[in-house]
Amino acid sequence: MPVITYREAIRAALAEEIARDENVVLMGEEVAQFHGAYKVSEGLLEKFGPDRIVDTPISEAGFIGMGVGASMLGIRPVMELMFWSFYSVAFDQILNNAANVRYMSGGLINCPIVIRGPANGGTNVGATHSHTPENVLANHPGVKVIVPATAADAKGLLKSAIRDNDPCFFLENTILYGEKGEVSDDPELLIPLGVADVKRQGSDLTIVTYGRCVLHSLAAAAILEKEHDISVEVVDLRTIRPLDFDTVLASVKKTHRVLVVEEQKPFASVGSQLAYLIQREAFDELDGPIHRLATIDAPAIYSPPVEVEQLPNPQRVLKAALAALA
Amino acid sequence: MSKKAVSTAGPTEEANVSCPAQNAQAPINALLSKEERIELHRKMVRIRRFEERSLRAYQAKKIGGFLHLYIGQEAVAVGCCSLMGKNDHVITAYRDHGHAIAVGMDTKALMAELYGKITGCSKGKGGSMHYFAPSLNYWGGHGIVGGQIPLGTGLAYAVKYKKLKGAAMAFMGDGAVNQGAVHEAYNLAALWNLPVIFVVENNGYSMGTSQARSSAGPGLAQRAEAYGMNWGTCFGHDIYEVRATMDKFLTLAREKNQPSVVEIDTYRYRGHSVADPDKTYRTREEIEEYRRTKDPIQLFQNALLAEGVLTEARIEQIDAEAKAEADLAADFAEASPFPTAEDIQKDVYWETDNPAQRASKGRLFFD
Ligand SMILES: Cc1ncc(C[n+]2csc(CCOP(=O)(O)OP(=O)(O)O)c2C)c(N)n1
Ligand SMILES: [Mg+2]
Repeated sequence: MPVITYREAIRAALAEEIARDENVVLMGEEVAQFHGAYKVSEGLLEKFGPDRIVDTPISEAGFIGMGVGASMLGIRPVMELMFWSFYSVAFDQILNNAANVRYMSGGLINCPIVIRGPANGGTNVGATHSHTPENVLANHPGVKVIVPATAADAKGLLKSAIRDNDPCFFLENTILYGEKGEVSDDPELLIPLGVADVKRQGSDLTIVTYGRCVLHSLAAAAILEKEHDISVEVVDLRTIRPLDFDTVLASVKKTHRVLVVEEQKPFASVGSQLAYLIQREAFDELDGPIHRLATIDAPAIYSPPVEVEQLPNPQRVLKAALAALA
Repeated sequence: MSKKAVSTAGPTEEANVSCPAQNAQAPINALLSKEERIELHRKMVRIRRFEERSLRAYQAKKIGGFLHLYIGQEAVAVGCCSLMGKNDHVITAYRDHGHAIAVGMDTKALMAELYGKITGCSKGKGGSMHYFAPSLNYWGGHGIVGGQIPLGTGLAYAVKYKKLKGAAMAFMGDGAVNQGAVHEAYNLAALWNLPVIFVVENNGYSMGTSQARSSAGPGLAQRAEAYGMNWGTCFGHDIYEVRATMDKFLTLAREKNQPSVVEIDTYRYRGHSVADPDKTYRTREEIEEYRRTKDPIQLFQNALLAEGVLTEARIEQIDAEAKAEADLAADFAEASPFPTAEDIQKDVYWETDNPAQRASKGRLFFD
């Protein structure tokens, strides 16, 4: 299988779907002539032309809302947010219009839009540019939320999202764009939304995680095995909503101890929801309380070495895992 | 597509020679003392040297995140901020180093902020895009395009509410004019007669997008007409013209609570941020042309030489001092400590920073 970067995997998914379906368009700030702020869409304008790859002004509420409207008439817009952090200026379009239009029309109207872009901290861009809104988004019934950790997942999941008939919010990561992995070039290889992936088998502790924290958790798991003789299972959710709780449950039944790791502010996070579900569905399986490692509860700090400490990192995961096993 | 032609009176000469004399003769400029003129020049030079030094620090990996340089636009911030009285306020976007130095912030604290140090103006918490100095009536430094414009309108509202004679200058770029919040703010300002000047620093590009590819309509300032607001344009490479133009609109704001939109033509020499390879959307020749014919520091220097205010020796001295100041700021930043992990949760709530006066009950932080 070809080894490509996460960035190239997203680009490949876009290219394949744009080629496959004439209703798919990519739109966003700097996506065409500038090739994307993070070069995800490099070469697509040259390949597909300006009707399919469209540069927008800095008007997120306008162009995202326009995408929602166009999707109601059968266009399949893939809207790039340069950063998911800018979703706040388009909040009404995303969470009032896209999330609710199907329900409020009694199922008469579909909204097959994809909104994608990076949502992460760790690059010292400060509080306004480091939001991780997967919990906020997933709080809205009617939407789907996807946070891929690897190149292969990014490609397979984005293709599913583009073909999906509901609004899909796809959260990438600027730090992962350069990460490489084996990715199939089969244009029909899709990864269904709502299927978690066990990224590492283990028997002593389940780490439930997603996004870049999968990499931190795998790094910590390797150290735990080598230095502490502890066997950790790492469950990558891949999609937040729909949530593959069966895979989580199966792992909890196997290890009886759980740590949730997430790059989220702790209050009402994805981890909060998981902890609730696990205690409700598997209370008797647990040998100890459910632990969680999240971002330290404050706006994102700029200072580069301190931001590393604010976010989950392999050392913090290691400590949290040992605490969960104590 | 290249930058649109400068619409207002600019120098017609080939190189950085001179600006129209009427700008220097405008009352607000004619009144300037020799030392005040030199101070305007010095501020522009200090900004440029600070920015060049910070670029070197970025390249040496001393600075993280984004670094949006203001080089080329100095006459705008220095010209506008030189007109500030004690009840005048300033707010801008992420390209905020020039305004910070123009209002009088200490370059040591500014550089330390870039280095993420506790001695930075925001204790290393805000970074390059988030400089603030309320004591100097400088309200940031804002990272979300257009987000500062309603805030600037709010500063004007507060000035008027307190029955003070003052104005707010809310700066934005040519790309920011297409944010919805900007239009809502325009309407509020006009509807309620708020003393705010919306200053559009038109450097021709929003990232890699030229004005022609992002904005409909005949001109950016002219959009004010739709709201019944005053508007004007000016040649932002001539600091005398910036001051003469802004003085008019500031007076309308302070004296009559009239808001305005002023579009100031300017140009950035560097990429959008340090990360922008700056290869796809403009030519080297275009940048060179601006440097050669419209450099704001060079133009003003020539004016002051012609006026007999500056000498070559003094120019060199000012430049050497500005370089030394920037180096000193970098040394200070380098020697300062980083915040600690304990600092992460400080400055979040007033109440946790002032525990003796806490009135609310219950838990504020979670883990
Ligand atoms: C709401 C929002 N959308 C997008 C961005 C990303 N972004 C930062 S600066 C910028 C270009 C702004 O250009 P302009 O307003 O002309 O200001 P300049 O950079 O030229 O000073 C963009 C798209 C952002 N910070 N906020
Ligand atoms: Mg601009």
